Amino acid sequence: MKSLTNRSKAVSNKKMSFLERIYLPAIIGGLFITLKHLFKRRATVKWPDEERPRSDVYRGRHVLKRDENGAERCTACGLCAVACPAEAITMTSMERKKGEEGLYREEKYASVYEINMLRCIFCGLCEEACPKEAIFLTKELVPTNYERENFIYGKDKLVEPVSKRVDVSKRQTLEVVSKKYNDR
Amino acid sequence: MAKVTIDGHTVEVADGTTILNAARQIGGEIVPPAMCYYSKLNGSGGKCRTCLVEVTKGSEKDPRPMPKLVASCSTPVMDGMEVANITSERTLEARKGVVEFLLINHPLDCPICDQAGECDLQNLAYEHGASATRYEEDRRVFDKIDIGEHIQLHMTRCILCYRCVYTADQLTDRRVHGVLKRGDASEIGTYIENSLENEFIGNVIDVCPVGALTDKTFRFKSRVWFLKPMDAHRNCGVCSGKATVWMFGDEIYRVTGRKNTYGEVDEFICNTCRFDVKDLSQWTIEGPRVIENWSVISQGHYAGITEPIHKNVIGVGEKKDDVKLEE
Repeated sequence: MKSLTNRSKAVSNKKMSFLERIYLPAIIGGLFITLKHLFKRRATVKWPDEERPRSDVYRGRHVLKRDENGAERCTACGLCAVACPAEAITMTSMERKKGEEGLYREEKYASVYEINMLRCIFCGLCEEACPKEAIFLTKELVPTNYERENFIYGKDKLVEPVSKRVDVSKRQTLEVVSKKYNDR
Repeated sequence: MAKVTIDGHTVEVADGTTILNAARQIGGEIVPPAMCYYSKLNGSGGKCRTCLVEVTKGSEKDPRPMPKLVASCSTPVMDGMEVANITSERTLEARKGVVEFLLINHPLDCPICDQAGECDLQNLAYEHGASATRYEEDRRVFDKIDIGEHIQLHMTRCILCYRCVYTADQLTDRRVHGVLKRGDASEIGTYIENSLENEFIGNVIDVCPVGALTDKTFRFKSRVWFLKPMDAHRNCGVCSGKATVWMFGDEIYRVTGRKNTYGEVDEFICNTCRFDVKDLSQWTIEGPRVIENWSVISQGHYAGITEPIHKNVIGVGEKKDDVKLEE
């Protein structure tokens, strides 16, 4: 049958010459290639002792930002969940009570916010959809684990601690912000 | 009978029909949007000015064009009238201005608002409005008010369409809320703290084009696009019992009237059906409602359904024939 791709080669049954039959030139050629690689730059790094440098806008694990006063920015509008192509995000919203103004910025907040890191494909669409600049992807990686349940990240892992703020200024430059709002 | 041409489509309608209703008989994208007009409520319309159209020919007898744009919801057609809606630059420009005016005092709290996703003003602004505001003054702010056990009033979001006032006037026997004060100070209220208690008062939530009046039993429970709207009915002694239940899994999160293409409910439902009966066993589910695929509510639902089960649709869009539901 005729090939569809035209990439196949016809098999030949030609007799091998003496040099080919003793295989030595081919073996030496192979050893030489191996030897050559000793003097080349290594393709791997010794993780975790050594880390490959990642871009400032690398799309790793998520963070839920707080505002300047330490109140959570997320208002559980659900736009990240509806934008998510992998359906990795779920949330439950609650109404802010009196006296919780310092904890949550808007009158509605997410009481449960979960991202399934096994479903997440780190495309960054949640970050793009967020109208409150609450969710961002970070340079951090999602660490390995033995249990599937441990990959469902709740608010305990996602919300940035007040003491350890996550810097997102590199991925929220003026160009990014203006593009985000002009495209809407 | 009068013959009227709207954007090149000619239709023959009964005398006294308004331009808007004549356009709705043609259907499609030439139907002017309406924020305050509600066909089920007498006297509604003429306030929001979103339905402005240009009349390029007054009538057969007097073919002069009308000098100003007219509100199509309250202007009756004349024989031989020619109307330009989406084909008129003037109309579109004026509509953009109207949207900007409507949004002047409207807060940008769509991420919080329960109406988001099914909000007429959101759709209108998306379709006709500019993406930025030129307004620099402070928006007017009100505290949120509980009017009644089940209804939340967010006066900041109100665009003063008067629909809820007409609903209370025409559906209930004693209206206790209305528009107080004048001009830009006017607001919906009950004057002295009074609650809306009538059995049909819940319909003010359905008629509200924005999120000013919302269901407290559904408050912040979910977003409409995560829910599945299903047509359902139950035996109710007070109303027809025909409603749309918004489900999440097997749980009913909220109950609304069945809204047609233009966002108007077919039949008003009572408070018991709307607020109290959230148990699935008390409803007979007829089938999913068809949602226009431009609507955010259609996100992720019914990927396999190609044939509409009911031809009623939610939201503005292509006109579909009303289908009588089998009992």
